[in-house]
Amino acid sequence: MDVLVCLKRVPLAGGTLILTPDARDIETKHLGFGISPHEENAVEAGVQLVEQMGGTLTLLTLGPSDAEEQLRSQLAIGATRAVLIETDGQEWDPQGTAAALVDAINAEETKFDLIIFGAESADSAGYQIHIRVAHALNRPIVTNVKSMKVENNLVTCERVVPTGREHYEAPLPAIVTVRDGLNIPRYPSVPGRMQARKKIVDMKKAEPRIPKLEKVTLALAPSKDKGAEILGKGADAVPALVEVLKQIGAF
Amino acid sequence: MILVLIDHDGGEIDPLSLRALTAARKLGHDVEAVVIGQSGAELAAIAGEYGASILHVASHASISDYTPMASGRALKDLVEKLNPAAVLAAGSPRGNEQLAHLAAFLDIPMAAECSQITLGAPHHVLRARWAGNLIESANVHSELLIATVLSFSTEPESINGPAASVSQFEPNVQPADTIVRVLSRSTGESKGGVTLNDAKVIVSGGRGVGGPDGFGNLEELATLLGGTVGCSRVVTSSGWRPHAEQVGQTGTKVAPDLYIAAGISGAMQHIAGMKNSKTIVVINTDPEAPILRYADYAIIGDLHQVIPALTSAIRQAKG
Repeated sequence: MDVLVCLKRVPLAGGTLILTPDARDIETKHLGFGISPHEENAVEAGVQLVEQMGGTLTLLTLGPSDAEEQLRSQLAIGATRAVLIETDGQEWDPQGTAAALVDAINAEETKFDLIIFGAESADSAGYQIHIRVAHALNRPIVTNVKSMKVENNLVTCERVVPTGREHYEAPLPAIVTVRDGLNIPRYPSVPGRMQARKKIVDMKKAEPRIPKLEKVTLALAPSKDKGAEILGKGADAVPALVEVLKQIGAF
Repeated sequence: MILVLIDHDGGEIDPLSLRALTAARKLGHDVEAVVIGQSGAELAAIAGEYGASILHVASHASISDYTPMASGRALKDLVEKLNPAAVLAAGSPRGNEQLAHLAAFLDIPMAAECSQITLGAPHHVLRARWAGNLIESANVHSELLIATVLSFSTEPESINGPAASVSQFEPNVQPADTIVRVLSRSTGESKGGVTLNDAKVIVSGGRGVGGPDGFGNLEELATLLGGTVGCSRVVTSSGWRPHAEQVGQTGTKVAPDLYIAAGISGAMQHIAGMKNSKTIVVINTDPEAPILRYADYAIIGDLHQVIPALTSAIRQAKG
Protein backbone atom coordinates (compact mmCIF):
# COMPACT_ATOMS: atom_id res chain seq x y z
CA MET A 1 0.00 0.00 0.00
CA ASP A 2 1.55 3.29 -1.09
CA VAL A 3 0.16 6.40 0.55
CA LEU A 4 0.75 10.07 -0.20
CA VAL A 5 -0.07 12.80 2.32
CA CYS A 6 -0.23 16.45 1.22
CA LEU A 7 0.75 19.08 3.78
CA LYS A 8 0.97 22.83 4.11
CA ARG A 9 3.40 24.86 6.20
CA VAL A 10 1.44 27.42 8.21
CA PRO A 11 2.37 29.83 11.00
CA LEU A 12 1.30 28.80 14.51
CA ALA A 13 -0.59 31.95 15.28
CA GLY A 14 -1.95 31.37 18.79
CA GLY A 15 -4.58 33.86 19.89
CA THR A 16 -3.99 36.98 17.76
CA LEU A 17 -2.74 37.85 14.30
CA ILE A 18 -0.57 40.73 13.12
CA LEU A 19 -0.26 41.69 9.44
CA THR A 20 2.81 42.77 7.48
CA PRO A 21 2.96 46.50 6.57
CA ASP A 22 1.77 45.81 2.99
CA ALA A 23 -1.20 43.89 4.46
CA ARG A 24 -0.63 40.97 2.12
CA ASP A 25 0.55 38.44 4.68
CA ILE A 26 0.64 37.57 8.34
CA GLU A 27 3.68 38.92 10.18
CA THR A 28 5.55 35.73 11.03
CA LYS A 29 8.77 37.22 12.49
CA HIS A 30 7.86 36.08 15.98
CA LEU A 31 5.89 32.97 15.12
CA GLY A 32 6.77 29.32 14.88
CA PHE A 33 5.50 27.15 12.03
CA GLY A 34 3.68 23.88 11.84
CA ILE A 35 1.18 22.16 9.57
CA SER A 36 -2.58 22.57 9.45
CA PRO A 37 -4.38 20.77 12.29
CA HIS A 38 -6.19 18.09 10.29
CA GLU A 39 -2.95 17.25 8.49
CA GLU A 40 -1.40 15.79 11.64
CA ASN A 41 -4.24 13.27 11.52
CA ALA A 42 -3.57 12.66 7.83
CA VAL A 43 0.07 11.76 8.53
CA GLU A 44 -0.92 9.55 11.46
CA ALA A 45 -3.43 7.73 9.25
CA GLY A 46 -0.77 7.20 6.60
CA VAL A 47 1.74 5.87 9.14
CA GLN A 48 -0.86 3.46 10.56
CA LEU A 49 -1.83 2.15 7.12
CA VAL A 50 1.80 1.43 6.23
CA GLU A 51 2.38 -0.20 9.62
CA GLN A 52 -0.59 -2.50 9.04
CA MET A 53 -0.24 -3.24 5.34
CA GLY A 54 3.38 -2.48 4.44
CA GLY A 55 4.36 -0.15 1.62
CA THR A 56 5.49 3.45 1.66
CA LEU A 57 4.33 6.82 2.92
CA THR A 58 5.37 9.86 0.90
CA LEU A 59 4.80 13.47 1.96
CA LEU A 60 4.21 16.27 -0.54
CA THR A 61 4.10 20.00 0.01
CA LEU A 62 4.23 23.21 -1.99
CA GLY A 63 5.84 26.12 -0.22
CA PRO A 64 9.06 27.95 0.57
CA SER A 65 12.28 25.95 1.03
CA ASP A 66 11.76 26.40 4.79
CA ALA A 67 8.87 23.95 4.55
CA GLU A 68 11.57 21.27 4.71
CA GLU A 69 11.36 21.77 8.48
CA GLN A 70 7.71 20.63 8.49
CA LEU A 71 8.49 17.71 6.19
CA ARG A 72 11.36 16.58 8.44
CA SER A 73 9.22 16.69 11.56
CA GLN A 74 6.56 14.58 9.85
CA LEU A 75 9.20 12.21 8.45
CA ALA A 76 10.12 11.68 12.11
CA ILE A 77 6.61 10.34 12.71
CA GLY A 78 7.31 7.53 10.26
CA ALA A 79 6.96 8.68 6.65
CA THR A 80 9.32 7.18 4.09
CA ARG A 81 10.33 10.21 2.04
CA ALA A 82 9.12 13.65 1.04
CA VAL A 83 8.80 15.95 -1.96
CA LEU A 84 8.94 19.73 -1.68
CA ILE A 85 7.73 21.87 -4.57
CA GLU A 86 9.62 25.05 -3.88
CA THR A 87 7.98 28.43 -4.40
CA ASP A 88 9.37 31.91 -4.01
CA GLY A 89 7.50 32.20 -0.71
CA GLN A 90 4.47 33.84 -2.32
CA GLU A 91 1.09 32.24 -1.74
CA TRP A 92 -0.23 30.40 -4.79
CA ASP A 93 -3.90 30.35 -5.66
CA PRO A 94 -5.82 27.05 -5.40
CA GLN A 95 -5.79 26.29 -9.14
CA GLY A 96 -2.05 26.90 -9.43
CA THR A 97 -1.35 24.86 -6.30
CA ALA A 98 -3.53 21.95 -7.45
CA ALA A 99 -1.88 21.92 -10.89
CA ALA A 100 1.62 21.84 -9.37
CA LEU A 101 0.62 19.02 -6.99
CA VAL A 102 -0.83 17.05 -9.90
CA ASP A 103 2.36 17.50 -11.93
CA ALA A 104 4.46 16.33 -8.99
CA ILE A 105 2.21 13.31 -8.34
CA ASN A 106 2.30 12.32 -12.01
CA ALA A 107 6.10 12.60 -12.02
CA GLU A 108 6.38 10.04 -9.21
CA GLU A 109 7.23 6.46 -10.07
CA THR A 110 4.91 5.24 -7.34
CA LYS A 111 1.26 5.08 -8.23
CA PHE A 112 -0.23 6.00 -4.87
CA ASP A 113 -3.14 3.82 -3.75
CA LEU A 114 -4.41 6.51 -1.41
CA ILE A 115 -3.80 10.26 -1.31
CA ILE A 116 -4.73 11.97 1.97
CA PHE A 117 -5.28 15.68 2.56
CA GLY A 118 -6.34 17.55 5.71
CA ALA A 119 -9.94 18.74 5.47
CA GLU A 120 -8.97 22.43 5.32
CA SER A 121 -5.85 24.52 5.63
CA ALA A 122 -5.53 26.65 8.75
CA ASP A 123 -4.75 29.80 6.79
CA SER A 124 -6.43 30.01 3.39
CA ALA A 125 -9.39 27.61 3.71
CA GLY A 126 -10.24 27.54 0.01
CA TYR A 127 -12.02 24.13 0.17
CA GLN A 128 -11.04 23.05 -3.34
CA ILE A 129 -7.44 21.92 -3.93
CA HIS A 130 -8.18 18.28 -3.09
CA ILE A 131 -11.19 18.24 -5.40
CA ARG A 132 -9.24 19.77 -8.28
CA VAL A 133 -6.52 17.15 -7.77
CA ALA A 134 -9.14 14.37 -7.78
CA HIS A 135 -10.60 15.62 -11.06
CA ALA A 136 -7.17 15.95 -12.69
CA LEU A 137 -6.13 12.44 -11.59
CA ASN A 138 -9.55 11.00 -12.36
CA ARG A 139 -9.95 9.53 -8.89
CA PRO A 140 -12.90 9.28 -6.52
CA ILE A 141 -12.72 11.58 -3.50
CA VAL A 142 -14.39 11.39 -0.09
CA THR A 143 -14.06 14.53 2.04
CA ASN A 144 -14.25 15.37 5.75
CA VAL A 145 -13.63 11.78 6.80
CA LYS A 146 -13.79 11.12 10.54
CA SER A 147 -13.19 7.37 10.44
CA MET A 148 -11.83 5.11 7.71
CA LYS A 149 -10.79 1.56 6.93
CA VAL A 150 -8.89 0.17 3.94
CA GLU A 151 -9.78 -3.38 2.95
CA ASN A 152 -10.11 -5.39 -0.25
CA ASN A 153 -8.91 -2.49 -2.38
CA LEU A 154 -11.66 -0.29 -1.00
CA VAL A 155 -11.58 2.65 1.40
CA THR A 156 -14.66 2.77 3.65
CA CYS A 157 -15.30 6.15 5.25
CA GLU A 158 -17.58 7.85 7.74
CA ARG A 159 -18.40 11.52 7.75
CA VAL A 160 -20.04 13.25 10.72
CA VAL A 161 -23.01 15.47 9.93
CA PRO A 162 -25.42 17.21 12.32
CA THR A 163 -27.90 14.34 12.02
CA GLY A 164 -25.38 11.57 12.63
CA ARG A 165 -22.96 9.77 10.35
CA GLU A 166 -22.83 9.21 6.60
CA HIS A 167 -21.10 6.15 5.20
CA TYR A 168 -19.16 6.20 1.94
CA GLU A 169 -16.83 3.89 0.09
CA ALA A 170 -14.48 4.33 -2.82
CA PRO A 171 -12.35 1.89 -4.80
CA LEU A 172 -8.59 2.47 -4.70
CA PRO A 173 -6.79 4.42 -6.00
CA ALA A 174 -8.71 7.14 -4.20
CA ILE A 175 -8.35 10.46 -2.41
CA VAL A 176 -9.68 11.30 1.04
CA THR A 177 -9.61 14.42 3.16
CA VAL A 178 -9.58 13.77 6.89
CA ARG A 179 -10.63 15.68 9.97
CA ASP A 180 -9.24 16.02 13.45
CA GLY A 181 -10.66 13.18 15.55
CA LEU A 182 -9.79 10.51 12.98
CA ASN A 183 -6.99 9.38 15.30
CA ILE A 184 -4.66 10.74 17.96
CA PRO A 185 -1.44 11.81 16.22
CA ARG A 186 1.67 10.43 17.89
CA TYR A 187 4.71 12.47 18.88
CA PRO A 188 8.00 11.77 17.11
CA SER A 189 10.38 9.51 19.02
CA VAL A 190 14.05 10.39 19.45
CA PRO A 191 15.16 7.61 17.05
CA GLY A 192 12.43 8.82 14.69
CA ARG A 193 13.95 12.29 14.69
CA MET A 194 17.44 10.89 14.09
CA GLN A 195 16.24 8.82 11.13
CA ALA A 196 14.29 11.75 9.70
CA ARG A 197 17.51 13.72 9.24
CA LYS A 198 18.75 11.10 6.80
CA LYS A 199 15.53 10.60 4.88
CA ILE A 200 15.23 11.97 1.37
CA VAL A 201 13.48 15.27 0.67
CA ASP A 202 13.28 15.78 -3.10
CA MET A 203 13.34 19.46 -3.98
CA LYS A 204 11.44 20.45 -7.10
CA LYS A 205 10.81 23.77 -8.75
CA ALA A 206 7.58 24.86 -10.33
CA GLU A 207 6.80 27.96 -12.31
CA PRO A 208 4.22 30.18 -10.64
CA ARG A 209 1.07 30.82 -12.66
CA ILE A 210 -0.93 33.99 -12.84
CA PRO A 211 -3.46 33.62 -10.01
CA LYS A 212 -7.11 33.56 -11.05
CA LEU A 213 -8.17 33.98 -7.43
CA GLU A 214 -5.95 36.96 -6.82
CA LYS A 215 -5.29 38.06 -3.25
CA VAL A 216 -5.17 41.86 -3.06
CA THR A 217 -4.88 42.51 0.67
CA LEU A 218 -5.72 41.02 4.03
CA ALA A 219 -7.45 42.77 6.90
CA LEU A 220 -8.07 41.73 10.47
CA ALA A 221 -11.69 40.86 11.08
CA PRO A 222 -13.33 43.55 13.21
CA SER A 223 -12.25 42.74 16.72
CA LYS A 224 -15.20 42.38 19.01
CA ASP A 225 -13.76 42.90 22.46
CA LYS A 226 -16.98 42.45 24.37
CA GLY A 227 -15.39 44.11 27.39
CA ALA A 228 -16.02 41.26 29.77
CA GLU A 229 -17.37 42.20 33.16
CA ILE A 230 -14.86 40.79 35.63
CA LEU A 231 -16.95 39.37 38.45
CA GLY A 232 -14.02 38.91 40.79
CA LYS A 233 -11.26 36.54 41.79
CA GLY A 234 -11.53 32.86 42.65
CA ALA A 235 -14.39 31.23 44.53
CA ASP A 236 -15.28 34.59 46.14
CA ALA A 237 -16.75 35.69 42.80
CA VAL A 238 -19.14 32.74 42.64
CA PRO A 239 -22.17 34.52 44.22
CA ALA A 240 -21.91 37.27 41.56
CA LEU A 241 -21.85 34.62 38.82
CA VAL A 242 -24.84 32.83 40.34
CA GLU A 243 -26.75 36.14 40.13
CA VAL A 244 -25.80 36.53 36.46
CA LEU A 245 -26.86 32.97 35.65
CA LYS A 246 -30.17 33.57 37.41
CA GLN A 247 -30.76 36.74 35.39
CA ILE A 248 -30.13 35.04 32.05
CA GLY A 249 -32.41 32.20 33.08
CA ALA A 250 -29.76 29.49 33.12
CA PHE A 251 -31.57 27.81 36.02
CA MET B 1 -28.99 35.89 -13.74
CA ILE B 2 -27.52 34.46 -10.54
CA LEU B 3 -27.93 30.74 -9.96
CA VAL B 4 -28.10 29.57 -6.34
CA LEU B 5 -27.65 25.98 -5.22
CA ILE B 6 -30.21 25.10 -2.57
CA ASP B 7 -28.85 22.26 -0.50
CA HIS B 8 -31.22 19.84 1.14
CA ASP B 9 -31.36 16.51 2.88
CA GLY B 10 -34.22 14.40 1.53
CA GLY B 11 -36.28 17.52 0.85
CA GLU B 12 -35.35 19.24 4.14
CA ILE B 13 -33.72 22.55 3.23
CA ASP B 14 -30.35 23.63 4.64
CA PRO B 15 -31.35 26.99 6.15
CA LEU B 16 -27.97 28.46 5.16
CA SER B 17 -29.16 28.21 1.55
CA LEU B 18 -31.68 30.96 2.32
CA ARG B 19 -28.80 33.24 3.23
CA ALA B 20 -27.15 32.43 -0.10
CA LEU B 21 -30.43 33.26 -1.88
CA THR B 22 -30.62 36.56 0.00
CA ALA B 23 -27.00 37.40 -0.85
CA ALA B 24 -27.70 36.60 -4.52
CA ARG B 25 -30.75 38.85 -4.63
CA LYS B 26 -28.67 41.75 -3.32
CA LEU B 27 -26.44 41.57 -6.42
CA GLY B 28 -29.27 43.15 -8.39
CA HIS B 29 -29.79 40.35 -10.90
CA ASP B 30 -32.62 37.89 -11.41
CA VAL B 31 -32.20 34.87 -9.17
CA GLU B 32 -32.87 31.28 -10.11
CA ALA B 33 -32.27 28.29 -7.87
CA VAL B 34 -31.25 24.71 -8.41
CA VAL B 35 -31.76 21.63 -6.28
CA ILE B 36 -30.20 18.24 -6.85
CA GLY B 37 -32.52 15.27 -6.52
CA GLN B 38 -36.21 14.76 -7.19
CA SER B 39 -37.28 15.37 -3.57
CA GLY B 40 -35.94 18.93 -3.90
CA ALA B 41 -38.96 19.89 -6.01
CA GLU B 42 -40.86 20.36 -2.74
CA LEU B 43 -38.74 23.45 -2.12
CA ALA B 44 -40.33 25.57 -4.89
CA ALA B 45 -42.44 27.52 -2.39
CA ILE B 46 -39.58 28.50 -0.10
CA ALA B 47 -37.22 29.19 -3.05
CA GLY B 48 -39.83 31.62 -4.39
CA GLU B 49 -40.44 33.15 -1.00
CA TYR B 50 -36.75 34.10 -0.87
CA GLY B 51 -36.69 35.50 -4.38
CA ALA B 52 -35.99 32.73 -6.91
CA SER B 53 -38.21 32.88 -9.99
CA ILE B 54 -37.39 29.40 -11.27
CA LEU B 55 -36.35 26.28 -9.37
CA HIS B 56 -34.34 23.92 -11.56
CA VAL B 57 -34.64 20.35 -10.33
CA ALA B 58 -31.82 18.06 -11.40
CA SER B 59 -32.92 14.46 -11.18
CA HIS B 60 -31.30 11.33 -12.41
CA ALA B 61 -31.86 7.64 -11.66
CA SER B 62 -28.37 7.39 -10.11
CA ILE B 63 -28.79 10.32 -7.69
CA SER B 64 -30.78 9.34 -4.61
CA ASP B 65 -28.76 10.77 -1.72
CA TYR B 66 -25.85 13.22 -1.51
CA THR B 67 -23.52 12.59 -4.48
CA PRO B 68 -21.16 15.57 -4.63
CA MET B 69 -19.47 14.98 -7.97
CA ALA B 70 -22.82 14.38 -9.67
CA SER B 71 -24.01 17.68 -8.16
CA GLY B 72 -21.00 19.34 -9.79
CA ARG B 73 -21.94 17.71 -13.10
CA ALA B 74 -25.56 18.87 -12.85
CA LEU B 75 -24.42 22.42 -12.05
CA LYS B 76 -22.04 22.34 -15.03
CA ASP B 77 -24.84 21.22 -17.38
CA LEU B 78 -27.09 23.97 -16.06
CA VAL B 79 -24.38 26.65 -16.30
CA GLU B 80 -23.77 25.72 -19.93
CA LYS B 81 -27.48 25.90 -20.66
CA LEU B 82 -28.34 29.10 -18.75
CA ASN B 83 -25.06 31.05 -18.81
CA PRO B 84 -25.52 32.74 -15.39
CA ALA B 85 -23.24 35.56 -14.17
CA ALA B 86 -22.54 33.72 -10.93
CA VAL B 87 -23.24 30.46 -9.13
CA LEU B 88 -23.58 30.76 -5.36
CA ALA B 89 -24.14 28.31 -2.53
CA ALA B 90 -23.95 28.35 1.25
CA GLY B 91 -20.48 28.28 2.76
CA SER B 92 -21.20 24.92 4.38
CA PRO B 93 -19.11 21.78 3.97
CA ARG B 94 -21.57 20.55 1.35
CA GLY B 95 -21.95 23.92 -0.38
CA ASN B 96 -18.19 24.33 -0.64
CA GLU B 97 -17.75 20.77 -1.84
CA GLN B 98 -20.39 20.80 -4.57
CA LEU B 99 -19.25 24.15 -5.98
CA ALA B 100 -15.62 22.99 -5.87
CA HIS B 101 -16.65 20.09 -8.12
CA LEU B 102 -18.29 22.58 -10.48
CA ALA B 103 -15.14 24.75 -10.46
CA ALA B 104 -12.98 21.69 -11.11
CA PHE B 105 -15.18 20.55 -14.02
CA LEU B 106 -14.99 24.02 -15.60
CA ASP B 107 -11.38 24.64 -14.50
CA ILE B 108 -12.18 28.13 -13.29
CA PRO B 109 -11.55 29.77 -9.90
CA MET B 110 -13.82 29.51 -6.89
CA ALA B 111 -13.97 31.88 -3.92
CA ALA B 112 -15.11 30.18 -0.72
CA GLU B 113 -16.71 31.78 2.36
CA CYS B 114 -17.41 35.22 0.92
CA SER B 115 -18.90 37.95 3.11
CA GLN B 116 -19.21 40.39 0.21
CA ILE B 117 -19.48 39.91 -3.56
CA THR B 118 -19.21 42.55 -6.29
CA LEU B 119 -19.74 41.40 -9.86
CA GLY B 120 -17.46 42.93 -12.48
CA ALA B 121 -14.38 42.28 -14.57
CA PRO B 122 -12.69 41.05 -12.52
CA HIS B 123 -15.21 40.12 -9.87
CA HIS B 124 -14.29 41.19 -6.38
CA VAL B 125 -14.94 39.39 -3.10
CA LEU B 126 -14.20 39.68 0.58
CA ARG B 127 -13.67 36.22 1.98
CA ALA B 128 -12.99 34.77 5.43
CA ARG B 129 -9.67 33.13 6.24
CA TRP B 130 -7.97 31.92 9.41
CA ALA B 131 -11.22 30.71 10.94
CA GLY B 132 -12.81 34.07 10.24
CA ASN B 133 -10.05 36.11 11.88
CA LEU B 134 -8.78 37.54 8.58
CA ILE B 135 -10.69 38.99 5.68
CA GLU B 136 -9.11 38.66 2.27
CA SER B 137 -9.89 41.15 -0.45
CA ALA B 138 -9.53 39.22 -3.71
CA ASN B 139 -10.15 39.58 -7.43
CA VAL B 140 -11.65 36.64 -9.26
CA HIS B 141 -10.55 36.42 -12.88
CA SER B 142 -13.17 34.47 -14.77
CA GLU B 143 -16.34 35.29 -16.63
CA LEU B 144 -18.50 33.11 -14.39
CA LEU B 145 -18.11 33.76 -10.66
CA ILE B 146 -18.30 30.67 -8.45
CA ALA B 147 -18.55 31.61 -4.78
CA THR B 148 -19.91 30.36 -1.48
CA VAL B 149 -21.51 32.70 1.02
CA LEU B 150 -20.01 32.89 4.51
CA SER B 151 -22.45 31.51 7.07
CA PHE B 152 -24.00 34.24 9.19
CA SER B 153 -22.63 37.11 7.04
CA THR B 154 -26.07 37.65 5.51
CA GLU B 155 -29.34 37.38 7.43
CA PRO B 156 -31.99 35.53 5.43
CA GLU B 157 -34.68 37.96 4.20
CA SER B 158 -37.93 36.76 2.71
CA ILE B 159 -39.58 38.87 -0.01
CA ASN B 160 -42.76 36.79 0.24
CA GLY B 161 -42.40 35.96 -3.44
CA PRO B 162 -44.70 33.49 -5.18
CA ALA B 163 -43.59 29.86 -5.47
CA ALA B 164 -40.81 29.40 -8.01
CA SER B 165 -41.84 27.65 -11.19
CA VAL B 166 -40.29 24.20 -11.36
CA SER B 167 -38.11 23.27 -14.30
CA GLN B 168 -37.04 19.63 -14.38
CA PHE B 169 -33.88 18.54 -16.12
CA GLU B 170 -31.78 15.40 -16.33
CA PRO B 171 -28.05 16.04 -15.98
CA ASN B 172 -25.66 14.09 -18.14
CA VAL B 173 -24.29 12.13 -15.18
CA GLN B 174 -21.29 9.89 -15.92
CA PRO B 175 -20.61 6.62 -14.08
CA ALA B 176 -17.51 8.11 -12.37
CA ASP B 177 -19.65 10.91 -10.91
CA THR B 178 -21.64 8.57 -8.70
CA ILE B 179 -18.92 6.33 -7.26
CA VAL B 180 -18.76 8.47 -4.13
CA ARG B 181 -22.20 8.84 -2.62
CA VAL B 182 -23.86 8.37 0.74
CA LEU B 183 -24.40 4.61 1.00
CA SER B 184 -26.10 4.61 4.36
CA ARG B 185 -26.63 6.78 7.41
CA SER B 186 -26.59 6.21 11.11
CA THR B 187 -27.73 8.50 13.89
CA GLY B 188 -25.38 10.47 16.11
CA GLU B 189 -23.11 9.47 18.93
CA SER B 190 -25.41 10.90 21.56
CA LYS B 191 -25.58 8.73 24.65
CA GLY B 192 -29.23 9.58 24.96
CA GLY B 193 -28.32 12.91 26.57
CA VAL B 194 -27.85 16.39 25.17
CA THR B 195 -25.48 16.75 22.21
CA LEU B 196 -23.22 19.73 21.55
CA ASN B 197 -25.34 20.67 18.57
CA ASP B 198 -28.54 21.16 20.51
CA ALA B 199 -27.28 21.95 24.02
CA LYS B 200 -28.55 25.20 25.56
CA VAL B 201 -25.69 25.18 28.05
CA ILE B 202 -22.14 23.99 27.40
CA VAL B 203 -19.50 23.76 30.12
CA SER B 204 -16.21 23.53 28.28
CA GLY B 205 -12.77 22.67 29.62
CA GLY B 206 -9.29 23.21 28.23
CA ARG B 207 -5.69 22.56 29.14
CA GLY B 208 -6.29 24.16 32.55
CA VAL B 209 -8.46 21.22 33.57
CA GLY B 210 -5.19 19.31 33.87
CA GLY B 211 -6.27 15.81 32.93
CA PRO B 212 -9.22 13.51 32.33
CA ASP B 213 -10.14 13.35 36.03
CA GLY B 214 -10.71 17.08 36.26
CA PHE B 215 -13.72 16.84 33.95
CA GLY B 216 -15.86 15.22 36.64
CA ASN B 217 -16.57 18.65 38.16
CA LEU B 218 -17.44 20.10 34.75
CA GLU B 219 -19.83 17.21 34.09
CA GLU B 220 -21.57 17.75 37.40
CA LEU B 221 -22.08 21.46 36.66
CA ALA B 222 -23.24 20.76 33.11
CA THR B 223 -25.78 18.21 34.29
CA LEU B 224 -27.06 20.61 36.95
CA LEU B 225 -27.66 23.25 34.25
CA GLY B 226 -29.26 20.75 31.87
CA GLY B 227 -26.35 21.06 29.47
CA THR B 228 -23.38 19.08 28.29
CA VAL B 229 -19.59 19.11 28.44
CA GLY B 230 -17.38 20.45 25.67
CA CYS B 231 -13.64 20.86 25.42
CA SER B 232 -10.82 22.41 23.43
CA ARG B 233 -8.60 20.71 20.88
CA VAL B 234 -5.68 20.11 23.24
CA VAL B 235 -8.01 18.06 25.42
CA THR B 236 -9.01 15.66 22.65
CA SER B 237 -5.51 15.41 21.19
CA SER B 238 -4.26 14.50 24.66
CA GLY B 239 -6.91 11.79 24.75
CA TRP B 240 -8.60 13.23 27.88
CA ARG B 241 -12.03 13.42 26.24
CA PRO B 242 -13.63 11.96 23.09
CA HIS B 243 -13.34 14.04 19.93
CA ALA B 244 -17.14 14.32 19.71
CA GLU B 245 -16.93 16.84 22.56
CA GLN B 246 -14.44 19.16 20.85
CA VAL B 247 -15.70 22.67 20.22
CA GLY B 248 -13.97 24.66 17.48
CA GLN B 249 -13.18 24.86 13.83
CA THR B 250 -11.73 21.35 13.91
CA GLY B 251 -14.55 20.05 16.09
CA THR B 252 -18.15 21.22 16.37
CA LYS B 253 -19.29 24.82 15.94
CA VAL B 254 -21.80 25.69 18.63
CA ALA B 255 -23.98 28.65 19.63
CA PRO B 256 -25.68 27.79 22.95
CA ASP B 257 -27.45 30.25 25.25
CA LEU B 258 -24.66 29.87 27.80
CA TYR B 259 -21.06 28.85 27.16
CA ILE B 260 -18.79 28.45 30.18
CA ALA B 261 -15.12 28.25 29.15
CA ALA B 262 -12.98 26.94 31.99
CA GLY B 263 -9.21 26.77 31.63
CA ILE B 264 -9.37 27.58 27.92
CA SER B 265 -6.96 30.27 26.72
CA GLY B 266 -8.75 30.86 23.42
CA ALA B 267 -6.85 29.71 20.34
CA MET B 268 -8.40 31.16 17.17
CA GLN B 269 -9.70 27.82 16.09
CA HIS B 270 -11.58 27.37 19.37
CA ILE B 271 -13.00 30.90 19.25
CA ALA B 272 -14.28 30.19 15.72
CA GLY B 273 -16.42 27.42 17.15
CA MET B 274 -18.06 29.23 20.07
CA LYS B 275 -18.02 33.00 19.56
CA ASN B 276 -21.67 33.05 18.44
CA SER B 277 -22.83 31.79 21.85
CA LYS B 278 -25.36 34.10 23.47
CA THR B 279 -23.64 34.52 26.85
CA ILE B 280 -20.01 33.57 27.36
CA VAL B 281 -18.57 33.12 30.85
CA VAL B 282 -14.83 32.62 31.24
CA ILE B 283 -13.09 31.08 34.23
CA ASN B 284 -9.34 31.44 33.86
CA THR B 285 -6.30 32.08 36.04
CA ASP B 286 -4.77 34.34 33.36
CA PRO B 287 -6.34 37.82 33.16
CA GLU B 288 -4.62 38.28 29.77
CA ALA B 289 -6.04 35.11 28.15
CA PRO B 290 -7.24 35.91 24.59
CA ILE B 291 -10.63 34.30 25.27
CA LEU B 292 -11.51 37.18 27.63
CA ARG B 293 -12.06 39.45 24.62
CA TYR B 294 -15.05 37.29 23.68
CA ALA B 295 -16.44 36.92 27.19
CA ASP B 296 -19.45 38.66 28.67
CA TYR B 297 -18.47 37.75 32.23
CA ALA B 298 -15.29 36.42 33.74
CA ILE B 299 -13.91 35.09 36.97
CA ILE B 300 -10.14 35.26 37.32
CA GLY B 301 -9.28 32.17 39.27
CA ASP B 302 -8.61 28.47 39.37
CA LEU B 303 -11.42 26.44 37.86
CA HIS B 304 -10.72 23.65 40.34
CA GLN B 305 -11.95 25.94 43.11
CA VAL B 306 -14.49 28.00 41.18
CA ILE B 307 -16.43 25.20 39.50
CA PRO B 308 -17.18 23.13 42.63
CA ALA B 309 -18.11 26.32 44.50
CA LEU B 310 -20.37 27.34 41.62
CA THR B 311 -22.02 23.92 41.53
CA SER B 312 -22.84 23.94 45.23
CA ALA B 313 -24.03 27.58 45.10
CA ILE B 314 -26.42 26.76 42.24
CA ARG B 315 -27.66 23.70 44.11
CA GLN B 316 -28.38 25.89 47.11
CA ALA B 317 -30.06 28.57 45.02
CA LYS B 318 -32.24 25.92 43.40
CA GLY B 319 -33.21 24.70 46.85
